[in-house]
Amino acid sequence: MNLEKVIFGFFIVLAATLNFGFFVGDIDNPTHHHVYELFAAIVVNLIATVLKFGDRTQIGAVHLATSLVADLQLIAAGIIWAVAVHVTGEGMTATSVSSVVSLAGGAMLANLVSVTLLVVETAMMRR
Amino acid sequence: MVAGNVFFLILRRMRAPLILLILIYAVSILGLTLIPGVDEQGRSAPPLSIFHAFYFISYTATTIGFGEIPQAFSNGQRLWVIVCIYLSVVGWSYSILTLLGLVQDSSFQHALTTTRFRWRVRRMGEPFLLICGCGETGSLVGRALDRQGRRFVVLEASKERVEELDLEDFKTDTPALALDARLPENLILAGLQHPRCQGVLALTNSDEANLAIAIAVRLLNPSIQVLARAEQRRTEDNLKSFGTDQVINPFERFADYLALAVHSPVCYQLVERLTGTAGQQLPSPLPLPPRGHWVICGYGRFGQAVARRFDAEGLDYSIIDPRSDLGHDKLQVVGMGTEAEPLRAAGIEGAVGIVVGTENDVTNLSVAMTAQEINPRLFVVMRQNQVANSILFQAFKAHICMVPSRIIAQECLALLATPLLALFLARLQQAGDAWAQPLEQEMQRRFGQEIPEVWNVRLNAQEARALHRTMVMEGSSVFLGDLLKNPSQRENNNNLLPLLLQRDGGAILLPGPETSLQPGDWLLFAGTGSARRDLWLTLFSEKTLTYVRTGRELAGSWLWQQLQGQHKA
Repeated sequence: MNLEKVIFGFFIVLAATLNFGFFVGDIDNPTHHHVYELFAAIVVNLIATVLKFGDRTQIGAVHLATSLVADLQLIAAGIIWAVAVHVTGEGMTATSVSSVVSLAGGAMLANLVSVTLLVVETAMMRR
Repeated sequence: MVAGNVFFLILRRMRAPLILLILIYAVSILGLTLIPGVDEQGRSAPPLSIFHAFYFISYTATTIGFGEIPQAFSNGQRLWVIVCIYLSVVGWSYSILTLLGLVQDSSFQHALTTTRFRWRVRRMGEPFLLICGCGETGSLVGRALDRQGRRFVVLEASKERVEELDLEDFKTDTPALALDARLPENLILAGLQHPRCQGVLALTNSDEANLAIAIAVRLLNPSIQVLARAEQRRTEDNLKSFGTDQVINPFERFADYLALAVHSPVCYQLVERLTGTAGQQLPSPLPLPPRGHWVICGYGRFGQAVARRFDAEGLDYSIIDPRSDLGHDKLQVVGMGTEAEPLRAAGIEGAVGIVVGTENDVTNLSVAMTAQEINPRLFVVMRQNQVANSILFQAFKAHICMVPSRIIAQECLALLATPLLALFLARLQQAGDAWAQPLEQEMQRRFGQEIPEVWNVRLNAQEARALHRTMVMEGSSVFLGDLLKNPSQRENNNNLLPLLLQRDGGAILLPGPETSLQPGDWLLFAGTGSARRDLWLTLFSEKTLTYVRTGRELAGSWLWQQLQGQHKA
């Protein structure tokens, strides 16, 4: 067992699960999507991205790319949330909630690809 | 991969500090969104939202310190902000220190220089040569190539040498890198397979390395030229066996010259004249080794090469060497030759000359001085191993001084710049003194003791644009004599001597002015610098070419040329 591998896997799976936790629920119901979950998802996704830095293999490059996609989507979701609550002052209406959640849904897709890659990589290593 | 991508190296090293920073930010923001604030009346107010907390931490952690959020903090919030400030200072310091450490890291530096080198080699837009090994010999070649304006790339094993090279102000931009040239991937990095790489010079001081380089070049880019230096005869044979274009063994080459000087002094004088540095004066009279009894001191690679030539010339000699069993039938004295005794035993008093060729310069000087003291009329041939000792050797004034690195450099340059010269010299030595005598007299008449410039010209579209066009487009016949005429007064001939004409693999020695030229001919000329410039003008300017051929002045501008053409038609 390799501690580095444990941490790596842990963060990738955690990024996907947190993302899923935020995403699940009615798309336009603000009570189903808590902002702290989004915050946690962003932080864990960023950490997962940095963990993937510096791997020059093909699979490492795809790993990094999926993470960057997830970061982009989640940060965009965060910005929309900040604009809705603080800039325009309209609060979490059904429209803004659904756009935040759909962006997080896209990020989740990227995270799922990432998890799939992790599983494939592990399955390929026959040790 | 040798280079190691700099970008990936930075990313990998920065992983830990970046994760720490993200964690510190996350914890700080989270704390601020939990601790309740206070309003103006001192009542408890809701905590900051995530957005405000991120804003606050962003300007605090980067020490910008806006202080812009209007509401004063509660004491609970202040307590937490103290923690945040110290945490972020630790996080940033750690990141910056890691980055600084990375910049100073030798492996990072190496990756950086290698990447820059690779980039510079890749962008080479002109034809270039690859010099492997830039010690004494390599830098002599490099400097001369630079003077001719030719580009080159240097691979050299020693880091100090590369740093010295960086300090030399070359006219051209010369990428140099400290890498082992024996490894094929390093050769490829230095542009071995670059489309503009014209040739490789294997000039390291190790025969094995030169062998490895030559083999790699033959396999990886068989179309380009390889010049290799070899000091052992075994290596020389090995190199030739797989088709190395030129193998330069300084000892054998010098011994050949010495033998030439003994049996055909006129040829030797011509060789000296044609291979010397243009503009310098030949010594007059040229010192020529006499026939008679010789003493060879030091029977290493150099001594053996000379002894073989002496055998062939039928010269009598005796040997002084510290080793006792050389398996040679000549008189042998065991010793160093630095004292008078072994020299006397070898018959120095009755000798006409001495060849001093050990690997140690101080020993060589000491032997030569002792020998000259015993017999002042001796003809002294010396080997100088280090260029740095030149001052001592100049002060001693040996008749012939052999410097291996100079011989190799001279040979390389002659082969690179004037490939026809090697052919001419070979023919010259076959022909012998009787044939060379009139040529030497002609040279003497034209140039005196000055060494002329020697260069070759190919009559093609690149090297002789106007001439090539005249011959191919107009089908006019041009004679060699036309090229020798002075472009400002065609009645006078320039001081220009055609030495060789090569056509379809055949060669004509000393072609006369009536020779008709054909496209694709190779010509070897000897002449003064101004004659060389005039020839260049004739070859490239149609106006000048027409004048020297016909005496007719051609109109300069395109319009006038057209009008004249119409008129003629």
